[in-house]
Amino acid sequence: MSAALDTGSAPALSVRDLSTTFQTPRGPVTAVDAVSFDVMPGEVLGLVGESGSGKSVTLRSLMRLVHAPGTVSGAVSWKGRDLVAMSAPELRKVRGGEIAMIFQEPTSALNPVLTVGLQIEENLKAHTSLDRSARRKRAIELLDLVGIPAAASRLDDYPHQFSGGMRQRVMIAIALASDPKLLLADEPTTALDVTIQDQILKLILDLRDRFAMSVVLVTHDLGVVAATCDRMAVMYAGRIVESGPVVDLFREPHHAYTRGLLGSVPRGGAERTQLLSIEGTPPSLAAIPPGCAFNPRCSFATEVCRRDRPALAAYAPGRFVACHHHTEVAAAGTAVAA
Amino acid sequence: MAFLSFIFRRLLQLIPTLAFILVVIFVLVRMLPGDPASAILGDRARDADVTRINAELGLDQPIPVQFGIFLKNIATGDLGNSIHLKVSVASLIADRLPVTLMLTAMAALIALVLAVPLAFVAATRQGRVADNSIRGAFQVGLSMPVFYVGLILLTVFGAQLRWFPVGGFGSSFVDHLYHLFLPALTLALSLAAILMRNLRAAIIGVVDAEYVDFARAKGLRSRLIMTRHVLRNALISTVTLFGLQVGTLLGGAVITETVFAIPGAGRLMIDSIYGRDYPVVQGLALALAVIVSLTFLLTDIVQAWLDPRVAR
Repeated sequence: MSAALDTGSAPALSVRDLSTTFQTPRGPVTAVDAVSFDVMPGEVLGLVGESGSGKSVTLRSLMRLVHAPGTVSGAVSWKGRDLVAMSAPELRKVRGGEIAMIFQEPTSALNPVLTVGLQIEENLKAHTSLDRSARRKRAIELLDLVGIPAAASRLDDYPHQFSGGMRQRVMIAIALASDPKLLLADEPTTALDVTIQDQILKLILDLRDRFAMSVVLVTHDLGVVAATCDRMAVMYAGRIVESGPVVDLFREPHHAYTRGLLGSVPRGGAERTQLLSIEGTPPSLAAIPPGCAFNPRCSFATEVCRRDRPALAAYAPGRFVACHHHTEVAAAGTAVAA
Repeated sequence: MAFLSFIFRRLLQLIPTLAFILVVIFVLVRMLPGDPASAILGDRARDADVTRINAELGLDQPIPVQFGIFLKNIATGDLGNSIHLKVSVASLIADRLPVTLMLTAMAALIALVLAVPLAFVAATRQGRVADNSIRGAFQVGLSMPVFYVGLILLTVFGAQLRWFPVGGFGSSFVDHLYHLFLPALTLALSLAAILMRNLRAAIIGVVDAEYVDFARAKGLRSRLIMTRHVLRNALISTVTLFGLQVGTLLGGAVITETVFAIPGAGRLMIDSIYGRDYPVVQGLALALAVIVSLTFLLTDIVQAWLDPRVAR
């Protein structure tokens, strides 16, 4: 399957058949199953799904940050090189230097016993030739850039001396220290207040423009996707079930799962309609149903859905769906009968 | 700033601790069965002699007065004279305690040198052969009593192989180190086992922490990640344990000194307790208690230095 989400120009990051499997005492569990997607230069791609859909593992797999006993296969092409096959020293140069990653919970992602200054400077030391005083100067600039007031005086502070939102800014400053060209953001706003969420998302978009970065944003929040992403890929049970431009997917979802996700988001201003909830729960990764993994929860499911797993295929330029009945789903629309 | 004020506050806490130690030592020594007069004079002492000795030693005074004298003497650095050895307790302690401290320090050092690298190897090869062998070996070390380990080491490396002396303390500093090596190793083994187990578990807990992933995502070298990010965080709990174990180590030194015939404070303590040599027991107990308190202080300072959240 080669599901290039081609939008015309050459992608910055190209992921093909990425699979991540964990060996467990009860046999292998595939958390990410043959996932393919592209990220264009300067674009923000949203990776959307429920908890356990494999979106965070996908993100970690790109950087080979999956813990043992997980193994990653497939190809992650970055500037003509394959991150999956790359040697450790080469990978070290890419990590932090070209591709940066930020995590959901800054409290646990920042080392509690090191000053934030040191945590920025060690990144600079690994990827730049700046000397000690230049690194310090750059660290102050970075803290200033992400909106930390009185940056120069905060350099010797420890993470616990910052508030939650400020801590997330600090993490972004650390991650972006060496001018990466791709930012992998794993639910960067989930742990934050709504008002702080907006500020952090705006900061990420600003930095995207300033550094000319691409961003892969993992989130379960469709509001965040609508506000920040250019394209989105919806994940279910370790696979991408639908992808395309955010505007198109929101207007006309072709997968029943996407449709269900959209239907479960309250929309302000619109006519009052009943909120839709998706029946049932996502399957355990150790017991994914045969055929389409979504079939037990899908009102469009037929015999073929229980038998054959649909492949992700293009039905329009730049739009992909893995559903046997996607035209019927699209025809059903997003409006839910009251 | 927070660090300095933490040290100052911690120093203040030392005052009530030391006061309490003084009371406890004074009371406990007087609760020992038997009395110094009969210990000096033997079983068939005449009452008149007992009275005379008690008066000489100030033991005929009421308890609060005795405590007052005790405090005044300590304040002036006078710990009294040994009943049996007829020399000042202060000079006895000055003579014997450094031997014990040297033994303990050496044991602590050996324990750390053994425990830290092996914990690291075991933790990074969790569940594999290296991990299981290291843990198995230390399990054996931990389950054997100190005196028994001492006797084995003494027999093999002292008596048979003749690599090390079988006892004594030597005359120069290097000679001291040479004489103390086997006893220090004896003392170190069980501490090393405890530290190794604790540090191994701590490293395993830290290695999967998200901040370690974040450090990897930054492209840092593994060695830097392991030392700065993993080991430093893992050591926080081990340092606390280490500090708490120093008291145990001093207690173990008493046995070790006996097995290896080392003229240290431990043996002096045993002899003095048997001889009801109150002033010596008191003085030694005080000195050891102060040393343990200072070790705790040092432990807290090191912990606060490792973990800035402590010094708030």
